[in-house]
Amino acid sequence: MIRTCLLWCLLCFSAAAFALDPMPFKDRDEELRFQDITRELRCLVCQNQNIADSNADLARDLRLEVFEMMREGKSDDEIKTFMTERYGDFVLYRPPMKPSTWLLWFGPFLVLLAGGFLLIRHIRGRQRARAEATSTAATPSTGPDDPNEMIP
Amino acid sequence: MMRYLPIAVFIALAVLLFVGLGLDPKQVPSPLIDKPAPPFNLPELRDPTQRVDNKALLGTPYLLNVWGSWCPACRDEHPVVVEFARRHHLTVIGLNWKDDPATAMQWLQRFGDPYSAIAVDADGRTAIDYGVYGAPETFLIDAQGIIRYKKIGPLTPDDFEREVLPRIGVKS
Repeated sequence: MIRTCLLWCLLCFSAAAFALDPMPFKDRDEELRFQDITRELRCLVCQNQNIADSNADLARDLRLEVFEMMREGKSDDEIKTFMTERYGDFVLYRPPMKPSTWLLWFGPFLVLLAGGFLLIRHIRGRQRARAEATSTAATPSTGPDDPNEMIP
Repeated sequence: MMRYLPIAVFIALAVLLFVGLGLDPKQVPSPLIDKPAPPFNLPELRDPTQRVDNKALLGTPYLLNVWGSWCPACRDEHPVVVEFARRHHLTVIGLNWKDDPATAMQWLQRFGDPYSAIAVDADGRTAIDYGVYGAPETFLIDAQGIIRYKKIGPLTPDDFEREVLPRIGVKS
């Protein structure tokens, strides 16, 4: 199993060396649409590739399936639904927006906001400390253990 | 409090990544669990004049075992399937996936044939309907024709004891 996967992935890396099976496209538009759809779908055999690039047997079958659905006049969404009903959301390189994926979509922004908030708090705190330091430095020291005591 | 924040964030991230290390990206959960098994009507491997129609399988729970003679892991798994099918009188249906029928027949003669029926999926269409992306894969389908469990990769005795038998009410 692992050896087969490794072999596939090695083969996948040499993808540039040979062209994938061509489809009998009507025109350039159909070809571009086909490429768009297959680029959006993950190959489950070689998981870091889309089915447009993958040389796995299954990717070839799925490419054919996509092509035939296009010929049947199915929309992009219908084709993607066909795939997710069988393979789950994992086949989509662009995960759908739904409660279970909100964290995936918005998590990074939340972290950014939290980081920004902490940074602002930190800067304000330092400014306040500096302001306090200058104001306490201006007044005579309150005691020998005052950390802000100026050395004469 | 604020002083410990960076270390707390670091620990949380370390835990998250450590858990991530234990996940197997090769195991993609199936969206078909608790859904009706997709219909198929395919030729029978051992007698191509016969058809295997999964509507006829309603009423008894069965395992649908996806295999091919080209798949080394299927060979590793096979003795376990043969053994459990025999010991617990399980109905096991084979889905012979993109295989050469003659080679598949030889394979069965060599390694044993536990299957009540074997559907030939020559072009891989049925496998796509079931979301199969490697072999072996096995589905447990209940008497109502609902998929209850899926195993990606070879079934082990442990899988039978823990997952398969309890779901069909067989005492191991």
